[in-house]
Amino acid sequence: MINLFNYIDRPSPIHKLTGATKLICTVLWTFAAMVTYDTRLLILMPVISLLLFRVSKIRFRDVKVMLIATFAFMVLNNLTVFLFSPQHGCTIYGTKHVIIGGNARYALTEEQLFYHFNLILKYLSQIPMILLFITTTDPSEFAASLNKVGVSYKISYAVALTLRYIPDIQREYVDISQAQQARGIEMSKKESLINRLRSASTILIPLIMSSMDRIEVISNAMELRGFGKNKKRTWYVARRFVKWDYIAMAGCALLFLVSIAGIFISGSRFYNPFV
Amino acid sequence: MKKFSVKTVVAIAVGAALFFVCGRFIAIPSPVPNTSITIQYGVLAFVAVLFGPVAGLLAGFIGHALVDFAAGWGVWWSWVIASGVFGLLMGIATKKIDLEGGEFGKAEIIRFNVSQLVCHIICWGLVAPVLDILIYQEPVEKLFAQGLVSGISNAVTTAIIGTLLCIAYAKAKPKAGSLKKED
Repeated sequence: MINLFNYIDRPSPIHKLTGATKLICTVLWTFAAMVTYDTRLLILMPVISLLLFRVSKIRFRDVKVMLIATFAFMVLNNLTVFLFSPQHGCTIYGTKHVIIGGNARYALTEEQLFYHFNLILKYLSQIPMILLFITTTDPSEFAASLNKVGVSYKISYAVALTLRYIPDIQREYVDISQAQQARGIEMSKKESLINRLRSASTILIPLIMSSMDRIEVISNAMELRGFGKNKKRTWYVARRFVKWDYIAMAGCALLFLVSIAGIFISGSRFYNPFV
Repeated sequence: MKKFSVKTVVAIAVGAALFFVCGRFIAIPSPVPNTSITIQYGVLAFVAVLFGPVAGLLAGFIGHALVDFAAGWGVWWSWVIASGVFGLLMGIATKKIDLEGGEFGKAEIIRFNVSQLVCHIICWGLVAPVLDILIYQEPVEKLFAQGLVSGISNAVTTAIIGTLLCIAYAKAKPKAGSLKKED
């Protein structure tokens, strides 16, 4: 079975930060990267996140599989952007410097290339931070940190339960799927599409029905233990904020403010080197 | 709105876990290269019908966010929110369907499918692309094309998987008034 969220337990300053800190930092960081198209900021962010990777002692090979997925997605996304809107850069930056292709629809322009460069940088500023969050945050601490951030404890607990039951449901899916295959149900490319959908439902129906029974059992057990009777609840894995937590959060908040302020100061989300 | 009961909490969790497992592991290879048909929206629609809008909203939101987190392509908040909105709308639109009472005949099938179609159009034709434009400022044509493709495939799988699930579930439940007192 695949290790789902790839939590890697290594002693490092990043691991020592509380889950709530890392959650707040990741959200602020990704929002900052999402909002801005300022190239200078977008170059700075990947550099910082690579430094943080060094500090966290997470190695390249730990996240290799995910990085490959990211890379494929990035290439695909850039290609579709170019395919649908080859002159998007020109509309954004307001000028047109053709490299090759003259007046053709798919003429290559400097503006378009610069726009793609920015798109790639946006990925590079977001993904390392998310990977860092996944690899250094203990899933069971995640729910506690959600609650600490201000999410209602019932919703936090639902997230914790989700993480708890994903491996179970996955295992059950494998069991049912193998049982059905032993009875001769074909899921591979040899079958027609409609038949494949139909055979997927022969797996899905038992899986869903047993999950619905599971809901009954779990909610009865929780009710018996008095879940939801009080306004608040405590968490076994919750930790107190220390100095470094405040420093990390302040740093990310600063970055977020810079990203927002940049838009208001320059009056545009884009950094324009063409005028 | 009903109280946020323990059962809703658990339904959200199991719904999100099912969404995750379906979205990540049950991918049916399709004729188009590099795309596979995912069936999680059928499951999400079913959960929304059975447990209501709040459960649908949160199961879709949490499930999709976790899929994105685990896949490593970054969390696309616009699409995560759209999944949540789909669950929410689906729950509201099908409030009248009483699956727990074992009622899922022709009228309910039509109601279910019309609502899921409308909800998919709203989510992938409107919510996801508009949020994408606001957040990411990518080309408008590309975003609407993406929304269209995923909207259609989601609507088709929801129509097949979702309907089948609802029928199967309703069949397993005893109908209201199916027991008669002996004279």
